[in-house]
Amino acid sequence: MPHSATLRVHSKVKAAAIFKDNLQNFLFVLPAFAIFCIFYVYPFLNMIFLSFHEWRGIGPMHFTGLRNYQELLTDSLWWDSMWHAGYITLIALIFQNALAFALALACDREIRMKRFYRVVFFIPPVLSEVVVGLIWNWILNPEMQNGRHIGLLNHLLYISGFPQLVHNWLGDPQTALTTIAIVNSWKGFGWGFIILLAGLQTIDRQLYESAMIDGANSWKTFTKVVIPMMLPVILVVVILTILGCMQVFVLILSMVNEGLVNHTDVPVLRILSAMSATNRFGYACAEAVNFGAILVCISFITKKLSDRAKQV
Amino acid sequence: MKANRYVLWGMTKSTLIHVFLMSVALTCLFPLFWMIRCAFMTNETVFIDQGLIPHDLNFGNFALAWTKGNFAVYFFNSVIYTVCVVAGIVLIASLAAFSFSRLKFPGKNIIFYMFVAAMMIPLPGSFVALFVMMNKLHLVNTRFGYILCMINVGLSMSILLLKTFFDRMPHDLEDAARIDGCSKIGIWWNVALPLARPAIAVIVIFNSLNVWNEYILAFLLLGDSKLMPLQRGLMVFQGANSTDYPVLMAGLTMAAIPIIVVYLLMQKHIVKGLSSGAVVG
Repeated sequence: MPHSATLRVHSKVKAAAIFKDNLQNFLFVLPAFAIFCIFYVYPFLNMIFLSFHEWRGIGPMHFTGLRNYQELLTDSLWWDSMWHAGYITLIALIFQNALAFALALACDREIRMKRFYRVVFFIPPVLSEVVVGLIWNWILNPEMQNGRHIGLLNHLLYISGFPQLVHNWLGDPQTALTTIAIVNSWKGFGWGFIILLAGLQTIDRQLYESAMIDGANSWKTFTKVVIPMMLPVILVVVILTILGCMQVFVLILSMVNEGLVNHTDVPVLRILSAMSATNRFGYACAEAVNFGAILVCISFITKKLSDRAKQV
Repeated sequence: MKANRYVLWGMTKSTLIHVFLMSVALTCLFPLFWMIRCAFMTNETVFIDQGLIPHDLNFGNFALAWTKGNFAVYFFNSVIYTVCVVAGIVLIASLAAFSFSRLKFPGKNIIFYMFVAAMMIPLPGSFVALFVMMNKLHLVNTRFGYILCMINVGLSMSILLLKTFFDRMPHDLEDAARIDGCSKIGIWWNVALPLARPAIAVIVIFNSLNVWNEYILAFLLLGDSKLMPLQRGLMVFQGANSTDYPVLMAGLTMAAIPIIVVYLLMQKHIVKGLSSGAVVG
């Protein structure tokens, strides 16, 4: 009897000690967990909640069910903006990543000034979108003063003998989006370059040698050795490019100052304007949920593709 | 004869590669050079002078931007935000990562995977709900509110990075410290943090870049020009003086130079962080 009593007391003391220990260990995580819950989880849930309501930011909130989403389906401005972002992403996927890959291949050897190139190519990515956008806005300036083009690009086109190419690049709806997409690629190719170069450097040099001994030329080596070995890295770059470019908007905001809104709108700008221009918070949240879901689907599909590619 | 041709081909090839790389490098650098060049001109010469290097350098734009353009305030704010957010992230993330890696408590894995999931799920429009909440908490137009939001932005990635680093760290030193009677918090401060310096360097650099360059939350949360960071200030200045290009370029130079200097000093860490993160993960 006394023996089991001491045991019980022991186990109680032990339980208290374990509880105190657990609590202490949890306290380490608490600041991060609290910030995460308040600034991430709650807004996330509230975003979904608000998307079922009509709300002007202040005053009463009206439950409208799926009406915001219904409206979204037929909102041509929304789907136009999605297409614009898709176009920017497509240009980045093709040109930016091809350029990044070509540069990485060119740097993946013993050449002089390798470090210089590596440092320089990553300068545009470290600059902010505001800085990049405003610099290019100045370079692409369409105006003329004293019979001379103010903007560097138009000036260069004029003095190098292509006056017919002088153009209001950002002001013309036909060229605005492509111009933005090219500047976006200029800002972004350094990311892909660094990641792809790191991937190339993990490939065993002996593979190249054995391919050469087997009589493969450079093209064969590239398609049969480099591409298969690099496929996982390439897919990482593809996912990062898609997620990054679909969400681009500060660059656009700083390049076209409120002009041409309909031709260069992207989803994030639509969300922003639904919220701040028309005060439709519920609709803005519905757009945000829709856009988030689309991005998750895209990255999920790309992830699945990359898993399959790894198996093969 | 054949060997000669081979050498010749090799030389042409390397020249072609250099021409290619050099032209891309020039494309990267020239817009920046152009920005700095225009920052040293006056509002008249910028439209007339066609030389690559302006005839007479005018340093007045920087002073003008600093005082009249309010850039002194913006710059100071950017520094405050960057320092506070990065310090906060390092402290909070390392505490959490240390617990996730070394300590035990019920529900640990669930909480950890919440952070991982937060990193995977893109939330492009979450700023709407975030703004609503900040408004309710009366944290709009406060430095504190902006700093907390930005800490949250960098938290998940930093915790993940530090946890993987702690997981690979040998336990010996900690065991020795524990035997010497060091508390858990003491082990975190005296053993784990100093050893994690390489990982912390990566976190500091990436989060500094991120905070310094951040725009959207600054746009939504900070309407008072006394509280605005540089990126926000640049857009305000451009909106108000859209034709004063030299001063704008001076402001842009002031926003770009610190980040480029930090990058040049730290570029080894950046390349390492980027490539390890992407190639391994």
